[in-house]
Amino acid sequence: MKEVLFMTVAVVGVGYTDFRSTTPDVSFKEQMFEAAAKAYQDAGVHPRKDIGSFITGAEDYWEGYSIFDEFVPDQLGATLRPVCTISGDGLQALLTGAMQVKTGLMDVVAVESHSAASDLLSFHGIVSHGLDPVYNRNMNVNPFFVAGLEMRKYLSETKASREQCARVVTKNKLNAMDNPLAAYPAVMSIEEVMKSEMVSNPLTRRDISPLADGAIVMVLASEKKAKELSENPIWLKGMSWISETPWLESRDWSDATYARLSSEKAFKMADITNPQKQLDLVEVDDWFSYKELQHLEAIGVCEKGQAGKLLEQGQFDRDGDTPVNVSGGRLGAGNLLEASSLQSVLECVIQLRGHAGKRQIKGAHTAAAQSWRGVPTATGSMLVLSNEK
Amino acid sequence: MSEKMKEVPGIYLRDAELKAEDAITFKWRPNAKYAWSGGIAYSRYLAELKNGRIIGRACRECGRILVPPRMFCDTCFRATDEWVYVKDTGTINTYSVSYLDADANRIKEPILVAVIDLDGASEGIGILHYVDPKVDPKDLHIGMKLKAVWKPEKERIGSVTDIAYFEPLKEG
Repeated sequence: MKEVLFMTVAVVGVGYTDFRSTTPDVSFKEQMFEAAAKAYQDAGVHPRKDIGSFITGAEDYWEGYSIFDEFVPDQLGATLRPVCTISGDGLQALLTGAMQVKTGLMDVVAVESHSAASDLLSFHGIVSHGLDPVYNRNMNVNPFFVAGLEMRKYLSETKASREQCARVVTKNKLNAMDNPLAAYPAVMSIEEVMKSEMVSNPLTRRDISPLADGAIVMVLASEKKAKELSENPIWLKGMSWISETPWLESRDWSDATYARLSSEKAFKMADITNPQKQLDLVEVDDWFSYKELQHLEAIGVCEKGQAGKLLEQGQFDRDGDTPVNVSGGRLGAGNLLEASSLQSVLECVIQLRGHAGKRQIKGAHTAAAQSWRGVPTATGSMLVLSNEK
Repeated sequence: MSEKMKEVPGIYLRDAELKAEDAITFKWRPNAKYAWSGGIAYSRYLAELKNGRIIGRACRECGRILVPPRMFCDTCFRATDEWVYVKDTGTINTYSVSYLDADANRIKEPILVAVIDLDGASEGIGILHYVDPKVDPKDLHIGMKLKAVWKPEKERIGSVTDIAYFEPLKEG
């Protein structure tokens, strides 16, 4: 693949709903409209004349609609305009938008992702549908067994402890206390996490991020447009996305290889040679508690087997050397399904703008958002952002 | 096919062979259940149907009255402004006569469906519904005037089917 050395695409607007455990009062369309209207206002653009293309990151099965892209134009201001849905997470949609801008096809692109998780009556049934129909589905086990298998292998190889995993939960829920958007802030004890019901040993109920509803929209712009539109554009410096083999029978259960490879590529583009020193904050996927530790090692913030210890020493706290999931992540802000990766990007943008209020990381100018699509996938992305071009 | 392969080798499996388990098969019943939040627009529309009325939303900028109602205008990209009742009479925009049911079974009595521009809504905006099955399909035409036939109040549940069907509007 030809190396693209310089990214010249910026986030110039963000809009979002708050994240809630349930939203019986609004439809997903009404949530999307709220987020879109705020993002366009933030960017100073009108979708009917200023935005060239609209991209959503969504999965038909989460929505309960076939051909879901047909159900998005109205509430984004996108009717009679180029629209597409990326069947992936919000970060993959954002990267698609960045490519449309980078190639010169579009000057301004809107990217959306949302979660209507509370509309799902059979969340586990939908996840099970992602298993191989011939070899895996007929075992009739709750699909979180995949996380149990992975957590076991990760803990065994790294000698990380269940207590360290529990500490990820308490840290992220505590971080969420200062994120007004978060659905699940809490001051929770490590003991409470450790003593929660076993789901798929060693994974407990509290190791699993709780589902939430919400919508996020971002406006991307070319360098020229970004400078016209925004006083504080946040530049995309490096990006990549990787899928591993889908086989449960023969994947690497210990390392998050998708995270390692996507971060290597994205960091090369962004000229990040020492992530621990150069990244002022990191948002990594924490669908399950152990995933945060595994992802931090995979992206090179620390050596394999060190994340648990460094967590205990406070290095990943908000006031630590590398603050991790200051937003609260999926565990604290809520599991927004495909939209959680955009939630990670959103936190980076808010921090790099210096707008994070009580949870602001002082002097932050480079941040990374890493995503994973959840069980049973081995797919993830990485995006590096900076407030300096 | 190709130069080398003039026909597909092997035999096609027939339905009877699959059912007789001559072939190895796997069955899976997807568990995909949803309960969509109605939100503001759906909820009001359905509640009003239960009341025997059809309601839309008006956008002051473009002046259109949207049915079914939406809380945002897709043309102007702004919040719509007010609730407006429209009439339960209208004009056929387009129609079709279906000889298959939802499971693709051939049916003797065809189902008549039409998009009906409602009086009081903006041009080209209305409701998708049945036409009275007693109507001879040959008599259907674009531009035909229709009126809603509502189910009795006790049978209405807050659904588009609270209107049984639309029947030709009797003149006078």
